[in-house]
Formats: sequence, structure tokens, C-alpha cells
Amino acid sequence: MSALLDVENLRVTFPTRTGLIEAVRGVSFSLGRERLGIVGESGSGKSQTGRAIMGLTPPQAEVTARTLAFDGIDLLAASPRDRRALRGKRIAMILQDPKYSLDPVMSIGRQIVETLRTHERVSRAEARDRAFAMLEAVQIRDPSRVFDLHPHEVSGGMGQRAMIAMMLIAGPEMMIADEPTSALDVTVQLDVLGILDRLVSERGMGLIFISHDLRLVSSFCDRVIVMYAGKVVEQLKASELGRAQHPYTRGLLNCMPKIGADRHPLPVLDRKPEWAA
Amino acid sequence: MTASHAGPLSRRDWLLSERPASRMQARLGRAYVAWRRFSANRLAFVGLLIILALLVVAAFADVLAPYSPTIGDLKNARLLAPSAAHWFGTDDLGRDIYSRIIYGSRWTLYVVILVAIIAAPIGLLVGTVAGYAGGWTDAVLMRITDIFLAFPKLILALAFVAALGPGIENAVLAIAITSWPPYARIARAETLTVRNSDYIKAVQLMGASPFRIVLRHIMPLCVSSLIVRVTLDMAGIILTAAGLGFLGLGAQPPLPEWGTMIASGRRFVLDQWWVAGAPGFAILIVSLGFNLLGDGLRDALDPRSGDQ
Amino acid sequence: MTSALFIDRLEVIFDRFRALKGVSLEVQSGESFGLVGESGSGKSTLLRAIAGLAPVASGSITVNGKTLGPRRDKAFYREVQMVFQDPYGSLHPRQTVDRLLQEPLAIHGFADGEKRIVRALDEVGLGTGFRFRYAHQLSGGQRQRVAIARALILEPSILLLDEPTSALDASVQAEVLNLLEEVRRRRKLTFLMVSHDLAIITHMCERLMVMQNGEAVEKLTADDLVRRHVTKDYTRNLLRASEGFVRTA
Repeated sequence: MSALLDVENLRVTFPTRTGLIEAVRGVSFSLGRERLGIVGESGSGKSQTGRAIMGLTPPQAEVTARTLAFDGIDLLAASPRDRRALRGKRIAMILQDPKYSLDPVMSIGRQIVETLRTHERVSRAEARDRAFAMLEAVQIRDPSRVFDLHPHEVSGGMGQRAMIAMMLIAGPEMMIADEPTSALDVTVQLDVLGILDRLVSERGMGLIFISHDLRLVSSFCDRVIVMYAGKVVEQLKASELGRAQHPYTRGLLNCMPKIGADRHPLPVLDRKPEWAA
Repeated sequence: MTASHAGPLSRRDWLLSERPASRMQARLGRAYVAWRRFSANRLAFVGLLIILALLVVAAFADVLAPYSPTIGDLKNARLLAPSAAHWFGTDDLGRDIYSRIIYGSRWTLYVVILVAIIAAPIGLLVGTVAGYAGGWTDAVLMRITDIFLAFPKLILALAFVAALGPGIENAVLAIAITSWPPYARIARAETLTVRNSDYIKAVQLMGASPFRIVLRHIMPLCVSSLIVRVTLDMAGIILTAAGLGFLGLGAQPPLPEWGTMIASGRRFVLDQWWVAGAPGFAILIVSLGFNLLGDGLRDALDPRSGDQ
Repeated sequence: MTSALFIDRLEVIFDRFRALKGVSLEVQSGESFGLVGESGSGKSTLLRAIAGLAPVASGSITVNGKTLGPRRDKAFYREVQMVFQDPYGSLHPRQTVDRLLQEPLAIHGFADGEKRIVRALDEVGLGTGFRFRYAHQLSGGQRQRVAIARALILEPSILLLDEPTSALDASVQAEVLNLLEEVRRRRKLTFLMVSHDLAIITHMCERLMVMQNGEAVEKLTADDLVRRHVTKDYTRNLLRASEGFVRTA
């Protein structure tokens, strides 16, 4: 399997008043045409890893890596212009809350059309047709109505579907989804994940799924990376999560209440300083 | 900050401790963080120095002034140009302008402090009560505020002084009456953003009375933005006071108030520029000082830019 | 057994929007009762209506045998306290933990404040080292512990919990849930807990009510839920969703 994305020794450092803070400390992994989950708690550096790959790290922070290559293109050496062209066209990203990612004053349909036309030379009519088809593909029942709605007029689940439609319209080869369903209700969450899953496998995309929810990630992804304090503590197949070695992964799995498991009190995570070392 | 500081930093560490051991330490630590943010801004520091200098000059006017501010030498010293004997020259009544400016600083401070003491609390009270109570209380209080805001400040102050009679006390009162509405606006806006927050809800759930919530939980949150605004307004207050003095409605001669001094110097402004120029320059410097200080305080006290 | 909380056909209307459409509920003294539902189900509104933070249009709320009027008196707040969802928003940004805990004591005129604050901090596992910190010097879990200490310091008999752990990391969530269970056992508290997570509710509560669009869908015991003895499709959907993603293809 040829790697779509190669990350080796990725580091993201933020300067603060009190000194440098390393949010990501030497993360390495590679991604093929598969679903890769990155799991960790707040402050584990999982989101900063995704942002660094996208080139969305805040300007004051410093990103270094031995390798950060997408399909053989060195992302750190690429010009901002090339990077922008990659973004959207070949790499897409979905964020937690569609309200912040969609333009509030432009209709959903126009945003999808605009996105397509910045990356491909297509006629207005064709762009419109493809936007409709895309909205249908994310299971929006009445695409012609949703096309003309503004982001504040749709529910969270609908907004996130529109966001996925917009991100997939240019046919990217890789997608980074940062907590794409955390703001949604549980039942809607599964619908959205189902859509994402189908599109990713149909189009043979690589997906990085970033989440705090170990159980959700392990049921959705092929492979899981567990991060703690800016480092990867464990990489394993999702199906083998039950056989996780690292005490952090095991603790994280254990401490969640489960229906039918009568454990009082819940086991808690005993954080060892050497995990962060 | 400097990392080359190798020695024991015990006092600094104590202040910046994440685990304060007493109420005092927590408060001092917070003040220290604000101070560090403030002193990192060099211009703000200059502003602070100017204001401190003003305080020192006002406090030691008797020692610093070489001549009397009110009694001049009419026979020998009328309208003298600046010289070693009279640094800023003398005015038409033969008084030493340097001494008058030094004494004038007291009146400037008097005006500024009195206005701040009267206007800021009124604005804070009106704004927080209006914002927290809402409904018709809010409507009534804010319409009154709007009425005051609808007139230009100096014109309204003029009207008040005309009604109350000229004099520095009345000038202060008039300026205070005209300058609280913006503070009420700020306090109300700030109150509206916090009144629905969970931490205010939590205090309501403790059974606190509305009075207690406004006084002890909402007002402290509005105070810092108000301090910033009042400091920035100081320059305006000084100018308004000077304007009233200039129009003959503020301080009355022979009081060495800067605005009045400019007014009496305007007759000779072309030939003896220093008579009006020196107090004008003093007003400029002090106004600038307050403005710089206010800017620095905004950065240091603004809760939005700080805490995290 | 006596009922700690009796709610009869409660309606809450915000600007013509019916957030709660005639919900009835009885919680026994010492019981832990859960409210489950998705956003807009009215579960948080119900909690806030009891606390006096939402406009009640009709229906009645009875706490420990006393039917509440439109205004809550001080005695009510010594019976009922609440822990909010967002630990970042529920602590005053300019007050130390000490000051936060002192406030309820001052309002209710307790004389032994010093002792109570120390005891409350110990009880929630923080200790006095945290006493003079500001909210921004605390982690999310520590903040929620402070919020629990503040709710407990007046020694209420009923605790309203509005998604108390949904803003926390999984490992911190476990600690806070354990703490809540422990204080309930020690103080024989009645809990009314809101969550969108069925697993948390079945872990913490004996009985629960599923809500949707401001109405009760069904009431059942945690055991029913564990054994999948549910009668409504909506509850079944929630149960399925709580098991994670299932690939259908």
C-alpha cells in the first residue's frame, strides 16, 4: 500500500509568555487509503496534528518535521500558494461545528458551487448540477430547498452534511475530520458518520478521524493512534483495541460507563509521569 | 521576561504561584500579573510617570514654586519673556507663570479627581442596575442616559454652569453631571454580557438578593473597563474644565487654573506667546499622560485579553 | 417513602415557544433519577424550571411536600442546589475558590464558615491547597469539583445535575461521577441528573425518563434499559446510537 501521507517526527511549538510550549512532540505515522483514528484527551495535541497537516497552524507557532509529505509533495517546503491549492482540491478538512466553518451570509448551495469553481474550470450550470448531486449524496432529501438556505437556517446535522458536501465536491484524496460529530445529537451523529463512511470508501479516500471518543473511533476506523501529551503512545488496529498494551489506552477504555456493566466506583486513570516523558 | 536571571526568584515565584496559600497572596499575585502586563508597555509607563510627576508637583507646590502664584510684581515684571529668573516668563500682572502652573496642577487634579469620584460611581450604578433589572427600569434609566448623551458635553456643562453660577466647584459638578452617561452605557453593556452567565445563575441559586448580585458579583466585573474609560476620559475632562475656565465660567481669577490662564493670555498670544502657551503645553502633557496610562491599563486590566 | 420532588403537568414557555409540554414526574427521597434526551428535548429546561431559572407557564412543582410559588425563598435554596454543565462558565472569573464558597455561607448567615469551607474542599477531594486559586488556575475537572463543593456547602437534600461531565475528558468524567456517587451515598442526597448519554444515566441513576421535543417519551428503570425492556422506538434508537458506529454495508 503506497502511503498517501507520510508524517515523521512532527513537532508543533507555541511561544507563550512563560516560554515555549510543545503541543505536538515528535509524531510519526503514515496514512494509506484507509480510515485512521487519532484519539486523545484535551491537550493531547491531536487537533494540532491535524491542523499542522492542513497548514492551519496559527502563524506564531512553529511546525517542524523530518518528513511531512502528501503524495510525495513536501508540505513544509511548498509555497503558501501551492498549499492553498492543495487545500480543498486534494486535502479537505471538516471541523467540529459547521456554524464556524460555513460562511453565514452566503447560501449553502452557492458556497458549494464557489468551492468547486475555485478548484475546477466548470460552467455555472455544471457546477450547480454537481452541487445538487453532492447534496443528494450526503442524503439531504430536498436538495433544491437546502441549496438556497443560509447556514443559520439549518439544523446542526444538516449543516454538518452540507459541510461534508462542500468539502467533498472537489473530489479530495484525503480528508481530515476533527471531531466532526461531537456537536451533534447521538442519533444524528450516526447518520452523519454513515454518510462519511460511505463516501470515503466509495471514493477510496484516506481519512484522518480526530476524536476524544475512543469507542466511537474504534467502531468507525480501521486503525487507531492514541495520543497523550503531544506524543503517540500506541498505534493499533481498531479491531484489536481490546488487546491494547499501553496502560493509558486501557485506562481510557475502562473509565467510561457502559450500559450493563455494573462498576461502582468507575476505575479511574492513574496518570504516570513517564507516559509523557 | 529575561531568562538570564539565574538567581533565586523567590519573591517573583511567590507572586506567580499557582497555589496561593492565602487570600493576600492570591490578590497580590493577580495584581502582579496585571503590573507585568502594564509595565511591558513602555508608552503606558511614560504615561504613568507623567501622572506621578503631576501628583508630586501638586503635593510639593509650596516647595517647588519660586514665587507666589497670585501676587505679582506689577511695577517691574510685567510680561517678561522666559529667562533664568522666570522660567516660563511672567503674565500681564507680573506673576511668575512657572509658579502659577505648578499651583495650577492642584486645580487640575482637584477637577479630575472630583469628576471621577462623582461620575464613575453614578454611571456604574445606573448601568449595572439597568442592565441587571431589565424591563421598564432599564428603559427609564437608559432613556435618561440618552437625553444626557444627546447634547454636546461642553454645551450641556455650559448650561449647567450658567444655571449654577460660575466657579470651579460648579464647573466640576457640571462636568460630572455630563460625563456619567457613557460610563452607564459601558457598565450596562458589560452587565448584559454577564447577567445570563452560569456563574451569575449560580449565585442566584445561592439565594442572593438582586442587590447583592449587582453589588458584589456584577460591579467588580465592570470596574476594570470603567477605570480604563475614566482614565482615557481624564484628558477630555481637563480640556472641558480648561474650556469652561477659558470661557470665564470655570475657575475665576486670580485662581491659577490652566484654562483660565490661557483665557487671560489670549490677548497677548501673538506678542507674548508664553503667557498662553505655557499652560497650554501643561494641559497637553497631562492629557497625553492620562491617555497613555489609559491605553496601558486597557491592556493590563482587560479580562478578555488576559486570564488564560 | 416520601417524594422529594413532585412535578405535575409542568409547562414552560419562552416567547411563545413551548419548551416543556406538560411533563409530570415524581422522584422519591434518596433516589437518583435521570433525564435523557437530545438537544431541544426539554431536559435541561425541566431542571432550570425547578431551580426557578425558567418561566413556568402552568403546572406545579412540589419539593419535600411544599408546593413552590413563582418566587423561590431562601429556604428553597438550602434544599435544592444545582451543578451546571460548563465548568468554565459556572465559576466567577474574578473570585477565588475561597470567595466562591464563602458567598452562600454569607447569604445564609452561617457562622462557622472557615470550618465548612475546609470541609467542603476536603469532601470533593481538592484539599485546602486550592482554596485561594482563581478559576483560571484550575483544570476543568477541578472546576467542576469546586462547583460541587459550592452546591454542597449549604447541605441541600436535592442536587440538580445538568450534564455535569459532558464538558470533561473521559478520565476526568469517571472521577467526577465517582465523587458524585460518593457524596450521594454519604449525605443521602436525591439526584435529578440530566444527560444525553444513556450509559452515564444507567450508571448513575435507578430510574430515568426519556424526553423528546418537550415531552416525556417513557419512564423506565435502569434495569429495564440494561435488559433492553423498552417500549418506544425513540428509546431504542438512543440505545442503538450509544453502542457506537455499526458498518451496514
